[in-house]
Order: sequence, then structure tokens, then C-alpha cells
Amino acid sequence: MTGRGRRNLFAAALVSVPLAWTIVFMFAPYAIMFTYSFYTKKFPMFVPDFQFGNYLMLFQDIQYRQVFVRTFKIASIVSLVALLLAYPVAYCLVFKVHSRKIRMAIYMAIIVPLWASYLLRAYTWKTILGSQGVLNSFLVWSGILAEPTPLFLYNQFSMVITLVHIFVPFMFMPIFTALEKIPRSLLEASKDLGVGRLGTFLKVTLPLSVPGIVAGITFTFCLSFGDFIAPFLVGGPDGFMIANIVQSQFGTALNWPLGSAISIAILAIVLLVITLSDRLERAGRLDLG
Amino acid sequence: MSIAQPASEEIRVLADAGDEKPPRRRDGVAWALKGFTGLVLAALYFPIVVLIVFSFNDNIVTTLPLREFTLDWYRKALTNEDMLRATWNSFHVAFFATALTLIIGTIAAFAIDRTEFPGKNVFRRLVVLPLILPGIITGISMLNLFRVLGFNLSLETVILGHATALISVVVTQVYARLLRLNRRIEEASGDLGARPWQTFLYIVLPNIRSALIGSALICFTLSFDEIPVTFFLTGRENTLPMYIYSTLRKGITPEINAIGTLIIAASLTIILLSVWLLRDEGREEKR
Repeated sequence: MTGRGRRNLFAAALVSVPLAWTIVFMFAPYAIMFTYSFYTKKFPMFVPDFQFGNYLMLFQDIQYRQVFVRTFKIASIVSLVALLLAYPVAYCLVFKVHSRKIRMAIYMAIIVPLWASYLLRAYTWKTILGSQGVLNSFLVWSGILAEPTPLFLYNQFSMVITLVHIFVPFMFMPIFTALEKIPRSLLEASKDLGVGRLGTFLKVTLPLSVPGIVAGITFTFCLSFGDFIAPFLVGGPDGFMIANIVQSQFGTALNWPLGSAISIAILAIVLLVITLSDRLERAGRLDLG
Repeated sequence: MSIAQPASEEIRVLADAGDEKPPRRRDGVAWALKGFTGLVLAALYFPIVVLIVFSFNDNIVTTLPLREFTLDWYRKALTNEDMLRATWNSFHVAFFATALTLIIGTIAAFAIDRTEFPGKNVFRRLVVLPLILPGIITGISMLNLFRVLGFNLSLETVILGHATALISVVVTQVYARLLRLNRRIEEASGDLGARPWQTFLYIVLPNIRSALIGSALICFTLSFDEIPVTFFLTGRENTLPMYIYSTLRKGITPEINAIGTLIIAASLTIILLSVWLLRDEGREEKR
């Protein structure tokens, strides 16, 4: 065999390793999950079948529909609040912090928690917001409240706080990158042409940072949409999200076909959001040559 | 996918941006923004501070005012057999998951960068999907697979799950580095008579080393702390996050604050170390 042929063979062998991995551990599992979603539940597990009952259940059963709507609502609120927090911070860092070292330090300080235990950060909010928690005991101690209130924990409020806290860095990163990429000359040009600060922001900076906003919302929305840890820890009865339903179908409810159907629905929503955001990002990206 | 922004790339962007002269005039908006940034930072670290402070507080309840300083919770945590076993399991899982991820992810990055094959686009999208896909989907789908294959759930299935979820991290980091790598030095190495494996070992590997170390450290911490995938793929053995999760069902104890403080301290150290490694390397390249 020639050297070239041998090299090609080697390359093919190399490629086949990750390719096989994704086929076996991603493509096949999704295919199996898809197949199961048409099966019928039957004691002790399920029987092969081809029916759309599991999917119909998602639309017809008021309980599942409610949870889906709630999950949409919470993931949207979390994305919005995270955006409102992350954007000014990214903007401040890019345009108002002039020392490179300080900018880098703050940047790191914001994204480092992303890698620090997700579970512990969610759990700590439980200790802060609980009726014997830090917030309550502080309010009672300082005389603002006469007695502890249970209102802070086990509701949608506590869930939004917890999820926002977890996902703010995800929102911050792409917005920061988008703002960094804006050529300063554009802002100066806008200023030279007599456009005020607000006008420059609304007409130049904000539109150019849209790709970052879109990417941040995509991350935050998709990841909070499928979360089941925060609802379990701080959510309470009206904070149950769709992933908790999946969790119970594969656990105590033991209805794998239904659980698979819901998982496929989540997967489809995530893929839809990614596709939409890709489109939006491409449409929003201006050629700055 | 344009969404995946590896952190080390950001750092490079930051390092490249020059210092600017501060404007002379007073800027009210700037001060308002800086104040806001300070508040967000404080809010981001507040829970971590609470965790640390109460791990030393001599009270079974996490409540103010603080009482005496104590190391009891650490003593209890570090003599808790179940917790120690779970910690050991977590190290085991994180080590093997990182090793697997690094090997497969690096090859995948090379495949995307340097080869053409049918279905490459689908492969490319699929391999980075877990960056944005809720962990529960990876967990559930692999649980289905293992059932079909007749595998018993164990720490080994957890390792496979983590590796699948984390390959995306390695691929994005290493791929970004490969894009920047000057291919001419590889050609030069070949022209000078080096075998392909020698070129890889002596030329390519040193150039992507920091991306490899950085992503390995990140994968290790992420795997060590992972819960949604582990939840569905673990058998009788628990990892540390799973152990904490199951004790939270029974109620909060300050022991968790103590072990949590240790975990957070370790994670932050590892992450800062990886950042420091990446940054240093960047400087050397510039010379």
C-alpha cells in the first residue's frame, strides 16, 4: 500500500472512533427513546406498539398541559431576568472598565461559578429562603418582620431566583463576546454624526449585540426548561416542571413510554429553539467587512 | 454551532484587547453601571458565602444570628463513611470520564477540522448538542439504551454517560485551538522528514496542550459535580452529588455545608488553575 493510502486508512480509522461513539451513545439512544414513545404501558414495564396515545396525552391531559405551560413561563421569565441582569454587566465591562486586568478579573469572577457545583448553588438558596433561613432570620432580627414568613420558599419565585442565579453566567458570556466584537470606530462614527449616547446605544450597540443576546437566551431557556433539580429543591407543589414529570415516569410512576414521549417533546423543543436562534443570529449578523 | 463559546477563547480575546485611556469627564451612567455590576457580583457570590459561613457555625439550623465558631461539621463530614465512599466514587467516575472524554473529544475535533466524511454535518451538530441539551435527556436516552443492551446500571454506565455529555466541551475547546494552529509548521515538519506521528507528538500536541489541560480540568469538575445524568444511570453506588441530593430529601444538615465548602473550594482552585495555565501559554505563544 502506498504511503498516502495508508494515511487515508489511518484517518478513516481515527474518524470512526468518535463517529461510532456518537452513533452508539447518542443517535441510538434517541432512536430507542423515539420508538418507546409509541409503545404502550403494561405491567411490569411496557409492550411494543404503535400508537400516538402518549403524545395525545400531553395535549389532552390538563395536568400535563399545565405543567408544560408553566415550564415555558418559568424558562421565559428566567431568560428575561437573566438578560436584564447580564446585559448591563457585560456592557459595563466592555465599554466602561478600561483596565484590561480588572476587566479580565471581573469576567472570570462571573463565569467561574458556572463550573462550581450546580447542586450546591441550588441547595444554598433553600437555606437562604427557608422559613428558618438566612433571609427570614435577618428580617425578624432587624425588626422588619414580626415572625418568619414561609412565602420565600417552595414557589415559583424561589425557583426563578435559583435558576437565574445558576444561568446568569451563560447569558453573560455570549453577550460579552458580541459586545467585544463591535468595532469602536462605529461608535465613534455615530458620535461624530451627532447621535447622542442613547441613540448610539439603541441604533448601533444594541442591534450589533443581538447575536449574543440570542445565544444567551437559547442557552438559558433550553437549560432551565429541562431542569429538575431546582424544582425538586426549591420549587414546591406549584413549581413542578416538565422534567420532574419525566423523572417520575421513569421512577415511581413507571411509565417509560409516556416518559419517552415527553423527553422527545423536550428534545424537539430544544432543537427548535436552536434552529430558530441560528436563523435569528444569521439574520442579525451584519457584515462589518 | 455558533452558540458554543469556549471560555479560554474569551480569555484570549480579553488578553488581546489593549488598555485604553479612561475618559476624563465624569460619567454618571458609567458609575451606575459599575454599581449594578458590583451588585450582580455580590448576588452571584452571596450563596457561596452563606455556605461557607454556616459550615463553621455552631447551630444545626442555618439561621441568624451566628453562634460560636466550630469545626464539628467538618469533623462529622470527614468521618461519615457513606460520604467518604461517595466521594471516592465521584473521583473514580470523574477520572475515567475525563480520560475517555479527552481521547474521544480530541479525535472528534481533529476529524471535524481535517477530514471529510458523509454525515459530517450531522455528526458535528450531534457531538456538541449536550452543551445546550438538558442533562435529563442524555440520562433518559442512555438509560433506554442500557436497558435494551441488558447492561446493569453501575458507576461504569455513569462514566459512559458523563463522557457522552462532556465530549462537547473538549471538542469545542480543541477545535477552536486547531483552527488557529498554523498548518505550515506541520508541513515544515513533514518536509524535514518527520513521520506523521512524530509531527503529531512533537509539533501538534505541544501546541494544543493548554486546550487539552484546560478542558480536562473543566470536564473533571463538571463530572465530579454532575447530577442529572448520574441520577438515571447510577446503580446502587452513589456519587457525592447523588449522596448530597438524597440526604437533602431527609432534611438539611450543616454537614452538607461543610462538604459543600470543600467541594466549592476544590472546584474554584481547579478552575482558576486551568485559567492560569491557559493564560500563561497564551503569553508564550505571543513571544
